[in-house]
Amino acid sequence: MIIKLLSGDQPRSAILTGLLLVILVCLAGAPFIFDGVRPLDTAARICIFILLAASYDLLLGYGGIVSFAHTMFFGLGAYGVALASTHLGRGFDALLVGSLSGALAAVVLALLIGLFSLRVRAIFFAMITLAVASAVAVLVSQFSSLTGGEDGLTYKIPRVLTSANRVGEFMGTRITGKVLNYYLVFGASLVLFLLLLRIVNSPFGRVLQAIRENDFRAEAIGYRVIWYRTTATCLSAAVAALAGSLFAIWLRYVGPDTTLSFEIMLDILLMVVIGGMGTMYGAVIGATLFILAQTYLQNLMGGASEATASLPLVPDLLNPDRWLMWLGILFILSVYFFPTGIVGRLRERRAS
Amino acid sequence: MTLAPDHKPTFADLTLGERLGKAMPVLLVPILVVLGFIAIGVPSSWLTLTVSGLAMGMMIFIMASGLTLVFGLMDVINFGHGAFISVGAFVGVSVLIALGDWTGAASLLLNMSAISLAVLAAMAVTGALGWGFERVIVKPVYGAHLKQILVTVGGLIVIEQLIHVIWGPDEIFINRPEMLKGAVTFAGAAMEKYRLLAVGIGLVLFIAMRMVLRRTKIGLIVRAGVENGPMVEALGYRLRLVFIGVFVAGSALAGLGGVMWGLYQEVITAGMGEEMMVLVFIVAIIGGLGSVEGAFIGALLVGLLQNYVAFLEPKLALVSNIALMTAILMWRPQGMLPVVKAK
Repeated sequence: MIIKLLSGDQPRSAILTGLLLVILVCLAGAPFIFDGVRPLDTAARICIFILLAASYDLLLGYGGIVSFAHTMFFGLGAYGVALASTHLGRGFDALLVGSLSGALAAVVLALLIGLFSLRVRAIFFAMITLAVASAVAVLVSQFSSLTGGEDGLTYKIPRVLTSANRVGEFMGTRITGKVLNYYLVFGASLVLFLLLLRIVNSPFGRVLQAIRENDFRAEAIGYRVIWYRTTATCLSAAVAALAGSLFAIWLRYVGPDTTLSFEIMLDILLMVVIGGMGTMYGAVIGATLFILAQTYLQNLMGGASEATASLPLVPDLLNPDRWLMWLGILFILSVYFFPTGIVGRLRERRAS
Repeated sequence: MTLAPDHKPTFADLTLGERLGKAMPVLLVPILVVLGFIAIGVPSSWLTLTVSGLAMGMMIFIMASGLTLVFGLMDVINFGHGAFISVGAFVGVSVLIALGDWTGAASLLLNMSAISLAVLAAMAVTGALGWGFERVIVKPVYGAHLKQILVTVGGLIVIEQLIHVIWGPDEIFINRPEMLKGAVTFAGAAMEKYRLLAVGIGLVLFIAMRMVLRRTKIGLIVRAGVENGPMVEALGYRLRLVFIGVFVAGSALAGLGGVMWGLYQEVITAGMGEEMMVLVFIVAIIGGLGSVEGAFIGALLVGLLQNYVAFLEPKLALVSNIALMTAILMWRPQGMLPVVKAK
C-alpha cells in the first residue's frame, strides 16, 4: 500500500527513510506538537516549498532543464487566488476559480516559452525564462491598479479558514480555522507531491531521464525530445502555480517580494541542489532544511556577528543580511563536491 | 575514352529576396529608426530618443560582447557575467568619488582623466576578478551546461553579497563630471553630452574589436576557435590560453560597461548587474550566440526600441524587448547572425 503510494520509488536508505518519517510526522502533527503561531507558519511554508521545490526538481533533476521562471508560475497561482478573492468576494468558489485559472495561465505561458526556446537549444531556455520572468515581475509592479503594485494585495478568504472560526478543543490544543487552513495546505501538498512522484516514475518520467542523459540518443530512438521537454515544463508550471495558490490561501496576502522575486528563485535552486537533484525526496530534505535555516539560523548569525564585533570585517561577513552569501558558497561547493546532494550521498553510503 | 560531357556549371544569381534576406539583419537598425520617426512624428524628440537609444545600445553591446564570445569559443555560458558589471560600476564610482576635485572642476582635461582612471581601475579589477572566476568557478565544469549555469549563478550571488559587505547595502548616488553635465542642442533637439560620449566610446570599441578579430593573428585564432575548436587545437594552438584571455577581456569590458551604465543612471546598486543581465541575454540571443556583430546589431535594436516604446507607451518598455526577441526567434530561431559551427 505504502509502496504503491510512493509509486515504487522507495527512499532506499535507512537514514533517509528516518528523516522523511520525522519530517512527515512533524508536519502532520504540527498544530499539536508545536505551540504558537510561528512554528505553524514555518510548517506551512515548509509544506508549500517542498511542493514548489519538487515541481522544480521535475524540470531540473529529471528533465535537465534550468528554468528561472519558476517563481513566475508560483506568482501566477498566487495572484490568481488573490485576484479572484478580491473580485468574486470571499468564498471557496473564488479560491477554486483563482487556483484553476492561475494554473491554466501558467500552463499556457510555459507552453509558449517551451515551444519557443526548447526547439532550438535547451540552453536558450535558461536565458529566455530569466528575461520573461523579469518582464512579468516588472509588469506586475507597474499595473498597480490591478495587482496592487509593490504593495501587493490583501484579501479575505472564507471565514471557515481564519482564526476567527473556533471549532473546539482536541488534545489540549484549540482548533481554529487556522488549523483547518494548515491541513488544507498540508493535504494538498502531500497529494500533489505523491502525484509528482507518480509522474517521475511513469514511462514519461523514464523518457525524461533518458533525454537528460543523452538527448541525441533519445531522439534517435524515436522520442520527440521537444514534446517531452515541453510537457515537463507545463506540468511543473501547473504544480508550481498550485503551490502559489496554497501560499496565497495561507498568507492572505500576495506581493511581488513574496511571490515573484529573483531571491525566491535562488532559494528554490538551492533547495533542490542541496537536497539532491533528480530524487524528489531531495526536494523534501532541501526545502525543510532551507526554511528551518532561514527562520532560525539568521538569529544565530546575528549572535555570532555581535560576538565578533571587535574584529575587523568578520562581523560584516556574519551579518544576518549576508546569509545569502554563505548559501551561495554552500551552493557552489555542493555542485562541485556533492552533485547528487544529501539524498544522493545517503544512498551511496548504503550502496558501498 | 570519351571526353567528359560538355557542361558549364553556372551559379544562379541570388534573387532580390535572397539578397534582402542576407542583408536584413544590418538593415533592421535603419528600418527601426525610420519607423520610430514615423511613429513619433516630432523630429526633435525623435533625434533625442535616437541618440539615447544608440547610447544605451552601445553600453549594452559593451557588456554583451564578452559574454557572447566566451560562449562561442568554449561553449561556456556565464550567468555570473552580471557580477562583473556591478563590480566594475562600484570600483569605477569609488575612484570617481575619490577624485572629487577632478570631477568637480570645470576642466575637460581633468574630467576626462578622472573618467579614464576610473575606467582603467574598473577594468583592471574586473579583469583580475574574471581571471579568478575562470580558474575557480568555471574551469571545473567545462562541457556541462547544467552545472555551468548553477555554479555561475552561485558565483553571481557570492560576488553580489561581497559588494554589500565591502560597499555597504545602500545604493550610491553619483554626479557626472562637470563638463559632461547638461546637453547640447542641435536642430532643436537636446542631446545629453554624456550620451554622445557613450555612443562615441561604443563605436570606437566596436570598430577596434572588429579590427582585432578580422586583422590580427589572435583574432584569426579566436574566430577559428569559435568555428571549429578541436581543429585549431590540432594545429598546435593552446585554445585554453586564448579562452582565458577572451574571458578576462570580456570581464574587463563588462566592468567598463558597468562604469558607463552607472554614470548614465547616476545611481549604482549591487543588483544592477543582475538587472542588466536580462538585456544582455536578450541581445546575445537575438544576435546569435557567439557572434559579436550580431550582438552589436541586437544591442542597437534593443536600445532604440526600448527608448521609442518608452516614449510612446511607457508601461510596455521592458515587454517590447521580449516582443522583439520573440519576433526575431520566430524569423531566425538561431538568432540573426548565427555562428556556423563545423561539427
